[in-house]
Amino acid sequence: MADATHDTGAVLAQAAAWKAAGKGVAIATVVRTWGSSPRPAGSKLAVDDTGAFVGSVSGGCIEAAVITAALDVIAGAPAQRLGFGVSDAAAWEVGLACGGKVEVFVEAVT
Amino acid sequence: MKAAVLAELIAARAAHRVVALATWLDGSDARVVTVDDAPPALAATVAQALREERALVAEVDGGEVLVEPHLPPTRLILVGAVHIAEPLAAMAALAGFAVTIVDPRRAWATAARFPGQTLDVRWPDDAIAALTPDVRTAVVTLTHDPKLDDPALIAALRTPAFYVGCLGSQKTHAARRARLAEAGFDDAALARLHGPVGLRIGARSPAEIAVSILGEIIASLRGAA
Repeated sequence: MADATHDTGAVLAQAAAWKAAGKGVAIATVVRTWGSSPRPAGSKLAVDDTGAFVGSVSGGCIEAAVITAALDVIAGAPAQRLGFGVSDAAAWEVGLACGGKVEVFVEAVT
Repeated sequence: MKAAVLAELIAARAAHRVVALATWLDGSDARVVTVDDAPPALAATVAQALREERALVAEVDGGEVLVEPHLPPTRLILVGAVHIAEPLAAMAALAGFAVTIVDPRRAWATAARFPGQTLDVRWPDDAIAALTPDVRTAVVTLTHDPKLDDPALIAALRTPAFYVGCLGSQKTHAARRARLAEAGFDDAALARLHGPVGLRIGARSPAEIAVSILGEIIASLRGAA
């Protein structure tokens, strides 16, 4: 819990710093999880308009898709709700042990 | 989310306020709310999210709102770098508390006895005033010396600390309450004191006493005591 809190503070601070520097910024947040999932609801990832990011919404398996959505949102697309499911077999194939499902909300900082 | 809301959330966290971020999942709104000022339709979810320390989704007017708790870190301030403080500091750190050990007696407050812990050698009243205990902070006095314990308790009772405990027997606690009443604290203020400190688990060794104290602190934090 303490670590998650520390991470959140760092993500929020970086998002604010990017915004203050005139960059486009989006924040992705885990809304819900089902089954075992490495990051609980409320976990955050901030992305700038170059694709640089801080924080985490998974063990790494969905970050690339979330960052792609974040860049769309920064470019003017509406806020997005993304669902990710990972079957047990697929999870093992890519080296992940979670096999859970996760919903992520992505919105721009305006 | 508007940049102003992000700034408000960061400021609330820096000020150790207990708040929640409410995000309408259609992207229409995001607000920093407290239990007291949350919209009625969200109030119960905000209270539950803060109590259970987890993000929850509320249904509001056919839409969904993500409610994330933003709580200050749990902290424990120990006054007295005494023997019992060694296991108590270590166990509290394992339980996620940021621990500070306050003792102006430098021979006691040594890094050798408290490896990796934060030591503060100011006088207890100065240290507690500077550390600004909040609603997620517990303060426990351990010195058995009124010259050190009493100023700490006087300072702690003036803060919203969720737990204030004092090591010592029933008899010394009664004397302590009398001194604090003399110092101007009424019965309601003195009722906040946990003394003799700790749950009654028959603890004997310093480590067992530490378990009993930490158990009582956690029960207070979680609303079970």
